[in-house]
Amino acid sequence: MNATLKTSATRPGVEAIAAKGWLAAHKWLFLRRSSQVGILLLFLVGPWFGIWIVKGNLNFSYTLNFLPLTDPYVILQSLLARQVPEKLALIGVTIVVLFYLLVGGRAYCSWVCPVNLLTDFAYWLRVRLGLKGSAHISRPTRYWMLGMTLVAAAVTGSIAWEMVNPVSMMHRGLIFGLGLAWAVLLAVFLFDLFVMRHGWCGHLCPVGAFYSLIGRYTLTRIKLPAREACNDCMDCFAVCPEPQVIRPALKAIDGTPPVILESNCTNCGRCIDVCSKDVFAFGTRFNKVVNSVEPVTGVPQAAPK
Amino acid sequence: MDNENKPSAAARRQFLADTARMACGVGLLGLGVGLYARHAKALPPAAIRPPGALPETEFSAACIRCGLCVRDCPFDILHLAKPEEPMSTGTPYFVARQLPCEMCEDIPCVKACPTGALDHSLKDINKSKMGLAVLVDQETCLNFLGLRCDICYRVCPVIDKAITLDRQVNVRTGRHTHFIPVVHSDHCTGCGKCEKACPTEVASIKVFPLYMAKGQLSSHYRLGWVEKEKAGGSLGSAGCRAPVQHARGHEI
Repeated sequence: MNATLKTSATRPGVEAIAAKGWLAAHKWLFLRRSSQVGILLLFLVGPWFGIWIVKGNLNFSYTLNFLPLTDPYVILQSLLARQVPEKLALIGVTIVVLFYLLVGGRAYCSWVCPVNLLTDFAYWLRVRLGLKGSAHISRPTRYWMLGMTLVAAAVTGSIAWEMVNPVSMMHRGLIFGLGLAWAVLLAVFLFDLFVMRHGWCGHLCPVGAFYSLIGRYTLTRIKLPAREACNDCMDCFAVCPEPQVIRPALKAIDGTPPVILESNCTNCGRCIDVCSKDVFAFGTRFNKVVNSVEPVTGVPQAAPK
Repeated sequence: MDNENKPSAAARRQFLADTARMACGVGLLGLGVGLYARHAKALPPAAIRPPGALPETEFSAACIRCGLCVRDCPFDILHLAKPEEPMSTGTPYFVARQLPCEMCEDIPCVKACPTGALDHSLKDINKSKMGLAVLVDQETCLNFLGLRCDICYRVCPVIDKAITLDRQVNVRTGRHTHFIPVVHSDHCTGCGKCEKACPTEVASIKVFPLYMAKGQLSSHYRLGWVEKEKAGGSLGSAGCRAPVQHARGHEI
């Protein structure tokens, strides 16, 4: 037991690979990377090869001249700057909000946003290089950032945050030409690598903060049908970009039901991959009952409400 | 009681300190973003917005930087501003001297705009006001030098309305005529074809955003001859024939 604990402490996921095989221990990671890269490619085959499936960028896109998708956050800023968009953009907002109410608010962060590729790489490198120190900025800072961007929109009467937003800068840059945006992205990368663990996506990004507000009511959530099978290997905490969301559901703190309801869970599914005991699975926010398949001893399982 | 209070007081102090630090940091960042945004509201003179663009103050609030106008422009003249360019990042513009607007009759860029930053009520491209051509340098304009260049006049899509050639005596030779290109703001769309086609090394006629190119009369000014035409006759008493440059406005 001690030996396994030590190996898993050095390289999270080793136990899971041994128990489930490499493929099953990387299933969601693989799907997620495919989604991130695939969505980016859908945008890029137009300008690269003249195959126009999707036009635009993550702020607004038009798929096959049929499906409008609008970022509700940028429209909110536009409204605060006292401009009402045309109907097409509003239809796009409705579709996007409904979609993320289904799949999880911050699924945007882990399945769509291109900056996640950058910051995940920074984190991977940080672990590989054994960089330990991390600046302390509290996680709720992102909500202050969100508030700041909204106030800036209202006060300046313009979508001020869009001038510096690394998220749209990266996506727009890759499709329409980066310019000096690479310097901003390099700054985000170096910040995450040297200054702060999960710094941008986990603490500062107002886009993620906005989508986490949708995540408050979202249907798809990580459930823990076998939380009493947890052997405290800590692998899920090691890979989770928002580890604070796991503990209440995993340890049944204050009678928390076995489902991660914290709005900052990005539904990335990496915890499912790295758990050798299959504690986690995708489910809905209503999955409040523990699987009765798992033999349970002595722990009261009746979820409150 | 004291023992219970002490850690919570310390925690409270810590919480307040953390919150203050966070608020100050984010506040400073916000100040920077706000000032940056304010600066970017002054559009640089060489950047011309697509047809139907709202006035700059409203445009920066309405445009969500999606680039659909760029995509639907059949002549690929539009760009999205990069962060290092001195205007709102990601907003569309064109540079007339590089590629001017071709003034498509169906205005696909405006149709593509999902927010109305390009005003959908613009149906006739000849009514668009992307900017205004200004003959900026009379010292280099070939027509002013006495040649019959006329290129700006001939390439103008609204020929004889937006640009006319006015005749003046060439006093240098005493026997020739200057054909002076004159831009008329009521018909010029700001497409930039004249600037693009101008044969001088640096264009002698340039398109500027309207706020730079236009002056404005004070609101109380009345043009006597216009008022006279409107009224169908002289405004003063019949005997009053004093030449008047302008008259103070009357409440009618």
